[in-house]
Amino acid sequence: MLHIVVCIKQVPDSREIRIDPVTNTLIRQGVPSIVNFYDLHGLEEALRIKDELGACVTVVTMGPPPAEKSLKECISLGADRAVLVTDRKFAGADTLATSYVLAKTLEKVAEEFGAIDMVFCGKQTLDGDTGQVGPGIACRLDLEQLTYVGKVIHVDPEKRRVRVERKLEDGIEVVETSFPVLITALKELNKVRRAPMPGMIRAARFKPTVWTTNDFPDIEISKIGLKGSPTIVSKTWVPEVRKVNGEKIAGVAPEQIAEQLMEKLWGSELAQKLGWA
Amino acid sequence: MSTEQNNEQMPDWSQYRGVLVFVEQRSGTAKKVSWQLLGAGKKLADKLEVPLMAFVIGDQVDHLADEAIYYGADRVFLCQGPELQDYRTRPYSRITLKLIEEHKPEICLFGATGTGRDLAGAIATHLPTGLTADTTELDVEPHPSRLLLASRPAFSEKMMATILCKQYRPQMATARAGVFQALPRDPERKGEIVLIANPTEGEQIATEVVNFIEQTGTVNLEEAEIIVSGGRGLGGIEPFRLLKELADELGGQVGASRACVDAGWIAHEHQVGQTGYTVRPKLYFAIGISGAVQHTVGMAGSDVIIAINKDENAPIFQFAHYGIVGDLFQIVPAITAEVKKRKAAKEDPTMAFKV
Ligand SMILES: Cc1cc2nc3c(=O)[nH]c(=O)nc-3n(C[C@H](O)[C@H](O)[C@@H](O)COP(=O)(O)OP(=O)(O)OC[C@H]3O[C@@H](n4cnc5c(N)ncnc54)[C@H](O)[C@@H]3O)c2cc1C
Ligand SMILES: Cc1cc2nc3c(=O)[nH]c(=O)nc-3n(C[C@H](O)[C@H](O)[C@H](O)COP(=O)(O)OP(=O)(O)OC[C@H]3O[C@@H](n4cnc5c(N)ncnc54)[C@H](O)[C@@H]3O)c2cc1C
Repeated sequence: MLHIVVCIKQVPDSREIRIDPVTNTLIRQGVPSIVNFYDLHGLEEALRIKDELGACVTVVTMGPPPAEKSLKECISLGADRAVLVTDRKFAGADTLATSYVLAKTLEKVAEEFGAIDMVFCGKQTLDGDTGQVGPGIACRLDLEQLTYVGKVIHVDPEKRRVRVERKLEDGIEVVETSFPVLITALKELNKVRRAPMPGMIRAARFKPTVWTTNDFPDIEISKIGLKGSPTIVSKTWVPEVRKVNGEKIAGVAPEQIAEQLMEKLWGSELAQKLGWA
Repeated sequence: MSTEQNNEQMPDWSQYRGVLVFVEQRSGTAKKVSWQLLGAGKKLADKLEVPLMAFVIGDQVDHLADEAIYYGADRVFLCQGPELQDYRTRPYSRITLKLIEEHKPEICLFGATGTGRDLAGAIATHLPTGLTADTTELDVEPHPSRLLLASRPAFSEKMMATILCKQYRPQMATARAGVFQALPRDPERKGEIVLIANPTEGEQIATEVVNFIEQTGTVNLEEAEIIVSGGRGLGGIEPFRLLKELADELGGQVGASRACVDAGWIAHEHQVGQTGYTVRPKLYFAIGISGAVQHTVGMAGSDVIIAINKDENAPIFQFAHYGIVGDLFQIVPAITAEVKKRKAAKEDPTMAFKV
């Protein structure tokens, strides 16, 4: 049977984050934690393959203990197994350190639960938003890598091949590759199902497998967490939404307004930048 | 933690010099972002007093090596072969890695496009080094620190963060299309082209690109230099034609507020704002758009903003360089006509006096 792993991250719903107008800082209080929504599309695709061809779906996340809630949500939707990798030592990880721990996790998942054929990740997260963790995992585990997938056209478990559509800025690429493969999911990939009642009941009692650094005897401490992260956030600021309160052009006939406007534009730096002048 | 880091010796990076830019192409045509990155890279290279390098991978792409020089590169690495026609992670990342290991640039820049992110993500992990994603501002500290100051939006554009990579080289970043300015193309410019042998010749590669369906004529707001956006004030599908006419005349694209997308007047790929695209064109028209914060976060970074609204108190005017109070159904056609007139005058300068 196919073994599919889905990597999910619990993230603050950044669409709900507001800026405190007085202190100019992010207000994170009361912002709900959700499963990064691209990851849910990855899970949905894994579940579809499971429905069609039969598969075992394992969900993994690296995060603080409350991330268990997100794993339960995945169980309620139909995942078979969930692994929470959690340890204070993992905190402060950038994408390099994150992909290291997740690659170690997938190796252990393969060891304990069987070889992995496919891995799904989201295109990117709502918080860090880099889209680098998927390629990082693929690279470390020497998986074929298909990013920005908007459609899985065909999975052939015999030939161990998969054909997909990658959605790029300038068009759609139809591409095929061999297992084991890592796919990063776009929201076009599918429509996420609602949790069925039996799934919700199963999730309520479900306890994920929990692994800490102690469960990875050969993990290199210098490669995890803050220490293992080459990137350093040195400064953050809230960009001022630029209010220019520019000049108003009003009152006269439309033709005059248009002429005034164009006169100003033509005489400006913009006209040079656009090659009008 | 921080004291520990302060005591840490900075490794000796003196072997790593120069700025390297990835020239992304499809079927022999370069992505605009590649030249924009050369423009950004040139500033960094000048500040560090090092050469600006570029690399081109593909099939029959010699001309792009020349183009890279015209756009500012001092040295271009060129690797060609039929196997390299389409981008595929494995062969492209092998070549890039070899290049970086041999030529040791201190900074590597990639477009934050599907291909650029795919490639950079793989390379940074292999090396390993830090990779800053989706940057919109790039600067560098001069010698001796030579640190790349890579800044990027985060949390749905609500925050900016400057990211450093102190302990590893090269320092890598992907950079957003349409943000940085390309240098003027100079066909007189000279540079060096270094040929790299194709290491994948005749090799079996698991990934196969079956087909590419180009989507021409589709919207690509992130790369557009001019965007003409409409809002609920348009009142329906039909008036979008007025915007399209203006956009066509200016060589721009049509955008929209979410109200129009929700009403089904236009597809989501035109939507600007928090749940649509974040755009930074050189010229942005907000027509019949009130200026809700969810819209303005997506367009306030545009170089020049023109708002047209019949309500003089509409918040959009606070963001506009030029605010026109009036009825869009009268103003927009008048602007289109005025643009036509000026274009005609440019083609035939005597016209300027006739009108
Ligand atoms: C403001 C800010 C800016 C940052 N900028 C950078 C930067 O430029 N470079 C950098 O290297 N790091 C950066 N980081 C750190 C980085 O975002 C995360 O901390 C890192 O752990 C995960 O990266 P991501 O959220 O970008 O994931 P992405 O790469 O966007 O995630 C892609 C997919 O990988 C999987 N995935 C990601 N994280 C996990 C996880 N913990 N468990 C399971 N699956 C997961 C999911 O399927 C997800 O959809 C930044 C953090 C902040 C707060
Ligand atoms: C979570 C969330 C995410 C969102 N994301 C986005 C997003 O990504 N992008 C986005 O745009 N919105 C987004 N919104 C919606 C946003 O809050 C506003 O509702 C929306 O931007 C309003 O669109 P509008 O300006 O076109 O319409 P309105 O606010 O209705 O404004 C119409 C304007 O047209 C003017 N007008 C009417 N007739 C004329 C005329 N004849 N001539 C000139 N002017 C005229 C009116 O004076 C008015 O100012 C989001 C909202 C939420 C809650």
